[in-house]
Amino acid sequence: MPKLNPPEAKTNSPGSNTLIQIESLSLHYGESKALKNISLTLGEKVVTAFIGPSGCGKSTLLRCLNRMNDLIDNVRIEGSCKIGGHDIYSPDVDVIELRKRVGMVFQKSNPFPKSIYENVAYGLHLHGSKSKPEIAAVVEQSLRSAALWDEVKDRLHASALGLSGGQQQRLCIARAIAIKPEIILMDEPASALDPLATARIEELILELKKDFTIVIVTHNMQQAARISDQTAFFYIGELIEFDSTAKIFTNPAKKQTEDYVTGRFG
Amino acid sequence: MENHFEMGLDALRQKILLMASRAETAVNQSVQSLVQRDYDLAIRVREDDNIIDQFEVEIDEMAIVLLTKAPLASNLRLITVAMKVSQNLERIGDEATKIAKRARDLAQEPAVKVNFDINRMAVMALAMVKESLDAFVQRDPAAARAIIPRDKEVDALNKEIHSQLAQHMTLNPDTIGRCLHWIVAAKSLERIADHAKNIAEEVVYLCEAQDIRHTLKN
Amino acid sequence: MSATTRRHFRAEKFDFSSFFFTGLTGLATLLILAILAVILGNILINGWQGFTWHFVSTIPKKNFFDINTTGVLPMIVGTTIRVFVMTIFVVPIGVITAIYLTEYAPNNSLITKFIRAAVNNLAGVPSIVFGLFGLGFFINFIGKHMDAMLQNPSAVWGQPALIWAALTLAVMTMPVVIVATEESLKAIPPGLREASLALGATKLETILRVVLPQALPGIMTGGILAVSRAAGEVAPILFTGVAYYMASLPHRVTDQFMDLGYHVFVLSTQSPNIEQTRPILYATVVVLLLLTFALNLVAIIIRARVRKKLRALG
Repeated sequence: MPKLNPPEAKTNSPGSNTLIQIESLSLHYGESKALKNISLTLGEKVVTAFIGPSGCGKSTLLRCLNRMNDLIDNVRIEGSCKIGGHDIYSPDVDVIELRKRVGMVFQKSNPFPKSIYENVAYGLHLHGSKSKPEIAAVVEQSLRSAALWDEVKDRLHASALGLSGGQQQRLCIARAIAIKPEIILMDEPASALDPLATARIEELILELKKDFTIVIVTHNMQQAARISDQTAFFYIGELIEFDSTAKIFTNPAKKQTEDYVTGRFG
Repeated sequence: MENHFEMGLDALRQKILLMASRAETAVNQSVQSLVQRDYDLAIRVREDDNIIDQFEVEIDEMAIVLLTKAPLASNLRLITVAMKVSQNLERIGDEATKIAKRARDLAQEPAVKVNFDINRMAVMALAMVKESLDAFVQRDPAAARAIIPRDKEVDALNKEIHSQLAQHMTLNPDTIGRCLHWIVAAKSLERIADHAKNIAEEVVYLCEAQDIRHTLKN
Repeated sequence: MSATTRRHFRAEKFDFSSFFFTGLTGLATLLILAILAVILGNILINGWQGFTWHFVSTIPKKNFFDINTTGVLPMIVGTTIRVFVMTIFVVPIGVITAIYLTEYAPNNSLITKFIRAAVNNLAGVPSIVFGLFGLGFFINFIGKHMDAMLQNPSAVWGQPALIWAALTLAVMTMPVVIVATEESLKAIPPGLREASLALGATKLETILRVVLPQALPGIMTGGILAVSRAAGEVAPILFTGVAYYMASLPHRVTDQFMDLGYHVFVLSTQSPNIEQTRPILYATVVVLLLLTFALNLVAIIIRARVRKKLRALG
């Protein structure tokens, strides 16, 4: 996939190479408009946080990036969303191929009721004609990257459902990175976890950004502050402000952003 | 897996140490320029002060960003203490500049023949600065507490020098201008010791979460 | 609440309505248990003596009203086989229909609503109607046409047969399997589907690799319910395959067969001497109950194993 050079040096993009380019994207559920004319440029290998009150469209936008919204009836999308310069909503796009490149981790950890090993190998079985030892190697590597290997290496063939909530979520991350995506979307990945498990996920995200571009939806302001390089604030379907995380949390340009990050509404 | 927040705190700590060594050097060189009547050195100390100022700005920026990440307990104290330490270091740098300014002027005039112990005062103030910063690095509240009473000694010494110079001025009115320079320089050293004491108090707060400022007045 | 009111958590007075409804529901349960006990007790007490190894392993002579020579082996075999053949048809077709309804059919479209309504209505149709339907559709329509096409000299398919009885039962129990499968498919957390799709699986891959294995116990519950319902049914097979008497066990799907339920009916209505037949009747009912019970038990054991495997899995 060709990498686009940044079209112009945009001040709101710390990433050196543009990877995701959303232009005047609107999304309708039937009659109601869930996203209004969003334009956003995300660089490669940066962590971007989407914040905003519930129902502001941040999860919807996240799901636009791997076309998970396709699963819902009556969704209509206008504008364009380019990944690596290619509009993912153009008719020639293979959604399967897109989802291989854009992985996703969900709010509620959702390991398959299979073994730990089979969970990570699932995507490989789907796509690869890899041999058994190759798959085993990728499984190990993915579990290591997800900082889970040491905890599960002795019980790879035990059920994934026997893991703790935090471990399950890291397993889901391992499962996502096993098929080597470029982008990982995370939809409130730590919202159901205790502070310690949350801290581990956050550390993991900071490690993963060396290799992946990460977009994360979070309700936790400090989490966004801790792990993201840039932050986008949404309100009722609109992108209110997008800037470096330090700027958003110490000196936001818009009053709405300030009110939200300081907890005055939302 | 390393902890990224801890890494941020480490970077902050490193920056404080760099700033501290700059401030120490500034005080050292200013005293040196004063005592050895070194005009060039005095000029350089004044020029270098903006580096220390820049450090203060950078440390504040780092600390603010770290504060957005919801630090707790000792981490929170470290960040706020770091900001106060950097502020005190900046003031120490300013005082060093003031000394250097007097040194520059004094270097262009004949020396005053007074027998007062500015050297001892400089050594004491410098030691307080150095030891308070060591206590910060080592997180040693005992060492920090030990520094605080020494401020009184420096104050006493300052008073002594002050009266010696006053006496000298009444006897030799032609030296009044130069003696005033010396008085200001000594006052600056006394202020440096004050800032060192402040740093020591912050170190105690950092380690023991106990605010001891304004409690040891008597 | 005013400041003078004291708050406490003790009940003010005896809660009569709560007591009344606890008693009422308890009594209703007891009543059901009592009826069950009376039925089972009556059957077991009266049928136990006739229930011998000789009885269950003998192919009887044409006159099967003699307690000393009669047996129910052909009926056991017939009932077992028809239930088994029915399962082979009803489970795959029912499961595939349910998959279509839950996974593929557009939600809330007219056609989906229509199919659901049809399935529900099917469950309410009296079983004798299914019997007539089997006769009209399977035997007189499909069977006759097969004979014509295969140019059979005499009726092979166009007559009552094991296969037609099993298919009629399959049609009858289809709603049970469809509804049970639909429920178990709907019960699978949407997160699992999303996880699979987000990893780049197609819908079919997701259904085969994630959804179906998870739904298996629920599907088997549907199968068990179908087996339970079918094992004791007589009406649907009346015109479609059951025989009053056969000298040998069935060995082709086009053969007729004897059936336990139907045999009970025959014994109680066709006997020349009702007093003499009564012990045979009771013993046959015991066999019917035990067989139904056994068929269920086998299915339940298999389901338990599947569940265990799903939970432990390798």
